[in-house]
Amino acid sequence: MDWNWFHRMGSPRWFYLVTSRWMPWFGAATLILLVTGLVWGMGFAPEDARQGNSFRIIYLHVPAAFLALAGYFLMASAGAIGLIWKMKLSYMVMKCAAPIGAALTFVALFTGAVWGKPTWGSYWVWDARVTSMLILFFLYVGVMAVGNAFHSQEAGNKASAVLALVGTVNIPIIYKSVDWWFTLHQPSTIKLTSAPTMHPDMFQPLLVMILGFYCFYALALLLSVRVEILKRERKTAWVREIVGEHLTLKDSGLR
Amino acid sequence: MGSAYLIRTENLCFERDGIKVIDRVNLELNSGDLLQVEGCNGSGKTTLLRLLTTAVKPTSGRIFYQGKKLSDCRYEYCSNIIFIGHQIALKERLTPVENLNWLSPIGLSQDSINRALDLVGLRDFETAPSWSLSAGQKRRVALARLIVSNAKIWFLDEPFTAIDTQGIGLMRQLIDDHVSKGGAVVFSTHQSVDMKNIRRYSLK
Amino acid sequence: MLTNTNSGFFAYLRRDLLLAYRRKGEAAGPVIFFIMATTLIPLGVSPEAKSLEGISAGIIWVMALLATLLSTDSLFASDFKDGSLEQMLIAPDLLVMPVLGKVVAHWLTTGLPLTIVSPVLGIMLSLPSSALSPLVAGLAVGTASLSLIGALGAALTVSLQKGGLLLTLIVIPLYIPVIIFGSAMAQFGIDGLSWGSPLAVLGTLLAMAVVLCPLAIAAILRLTTINQ
Repeated sequence: MDWNWFHRMGSPRWFYLVTSRWMPWFGAATLILLVTGLVWGMGFAPEDARQGNSFRIIYLHVPAAFLALAGYFLMASAGAIGLIWKMKLSYMVMKCAAPIGAALTFVALFTGAVWGKPTWGSYWVWDARVTSMLILFFLYVGVMAVGNAFHSQEAGNKASAVLALVGTVNIPIIYKSVDWWFTLHQPSTIKLTSAPTMHPDMFQPLLVMILGFYCFYALALLLSVRVEILKRERKTAWVREIVGEHLTLKDSGLR
Repeated sequence: MGSAYLIRTENLCFERDGIKVIDRVNLELNSGDLLQVEGCNGSGKTTLLRLLTTAVKPTSGRIFYQGKKLSDCRYEYCSNIIFIGHQIALKERLTPVENLNWLSPIGLSQDSINRALDLVGLRDFETAPSWSLSAGQKRRVALARLIVSNAKIWFLDEPFTAIDTQGIGLMRQLIDDHVSKGGAVVFSTHQSVDMKNIRRYSLK
Repeated sequence: MLTNTNSGFFAYLRRDLLLAYRRKGEAAGPVIFFIMATTLIPLGVSPEAKSLEGISAGIIWVMALLATLLSTDSLFASDFKDGSLEQMLIAPDLLVMPVLGKVVAHWLTTGLPLTIVSPVLGIMLSLPSSALSPLVAGLAVGTASLSLIGALGAALTVSLQKGGLLLTLIVIPLYIPVIIFGSAMAQFGIDGLSWGSPLAVLGTLLAMAVVLCPLAIAAILRLTTINQ
């Protein structure tokens, strides 16, 4: 079986050159989808019967939460690929995915709190979803902290990857545990999203926003990985060629 | 099926953070060999020893033990080697006897352990806690470990450092005995050492 | 492969127990912390039996968790520093064997004493007597998981300088399911309900931890400790 294409993908230089062509498309898609979704959701979607206009925050909250969770699995997968095939590029993707995911988790938590206050009277509720999102934030921070704590980049990568995988096993367990514990203490559960029973007029802009966030995530990740590649491969000729055009040797500190 | 050599490495490489610490090392070790790995500080001597003891996995390249790939006969190989590094794995809270109980082959009698400690000059310190021994005495416990070991291949990292003169003499004697009985010793040092039948492998 | 060589499960179990025995004061640390920290609660919250009753089970669990955390920090530290860890990597036995031996020794010197002391603390915190058996049963099973998961964090941070804080950050999210079900057991006991099902979940978590953690720990030790 010809695995050439797979191993070629692991070459940072190849990745950098190929993604150069994608960037404008991702940028455009992100901009269009996010602007459309925001304007549609914030401005044109009908008002909710019970919540009034405050429900509109879900157009930020739900996509952020989605991507936060999906991003974790992407990060863990990248770590797994790095461990199994020893692909440096995969480790770079994992490393770059962590802060993006953490930021999205924070956005989800923040927007959730903003939504909670007018809707249910409090900024914070210890139910399964909110608590799991908080734990997800801790898991992200853990992976980042471990990765940065080692002197050797490689040791840090391997440690982060193993931790990310351990976290992956844990996420469903934590969610189920907190869900069980919360329903134990609060039999009358609050439905935090009524997505399945949402009116299509409200649901469609949500879809657009989710797609827009996916594009944004991909854009941010690609940008981040590209910078990381330049940083790590700064001593090679092809990087010097790209960077050297814009800076003098003195400015960049390259010798 | 016997092979001509005990250990053979094939293009052994170890890279850390983009720096090639070990680059395409090809060496052979036979019974009765005394191999000195020499190089200045930082040239990768300890790393090479660690690659050979399987403490560290190489980035590329292979190691063969008696003709078989190391990955196929790890249990057999690791049962036949002993490694003594800068840190000699001495638990300070335990006595030399207790330490040797853990660091030596199973089924060893207390007599053999006591005799070994006697040979290295620690007769009166058998039941003293190891933290109370001097640095030189602690390294002599490592020598006792070599005496009781039945490993065929010895890997010693800087064996002539941090040891007193009496210990050096004892170490040389132990190495000579082991090699003449058909064992093999690989040791690293940045000093020049004068011993019989020594082969040298230079890193960088 | 519970071989009885000197690099196997029993050898390291015995070794670590002996090491703990040689420093009895140090070994007693977690239990002393457990007792002292728990006594802060009536002083910091309220000494009234009615107020304590509701939170006592949870408090005891949280304190047991923290006590375990405190002691896991040093699980691999001394072995790393004096070269014993490297000997474990080189030994012919599978690395999971000495790892399991050490973790079991850790539980015997931490989790088990905590479990034994817990009913006393329960009484001191006005825990209803119907909750004492589920408390003890839950702690017995739960602290074993805590030792295993904590060892994972210890392995990740063993070669780091300020590993302690990072260990806490890594391990606490992983501890959450254990504390939820363990505390729930005592809660069910207080309410007079049957506490079999949370115990079963705790047992399942322990089974998973026993299988997965040693493998992960061995991988971490091999990949990130020596020569880094």
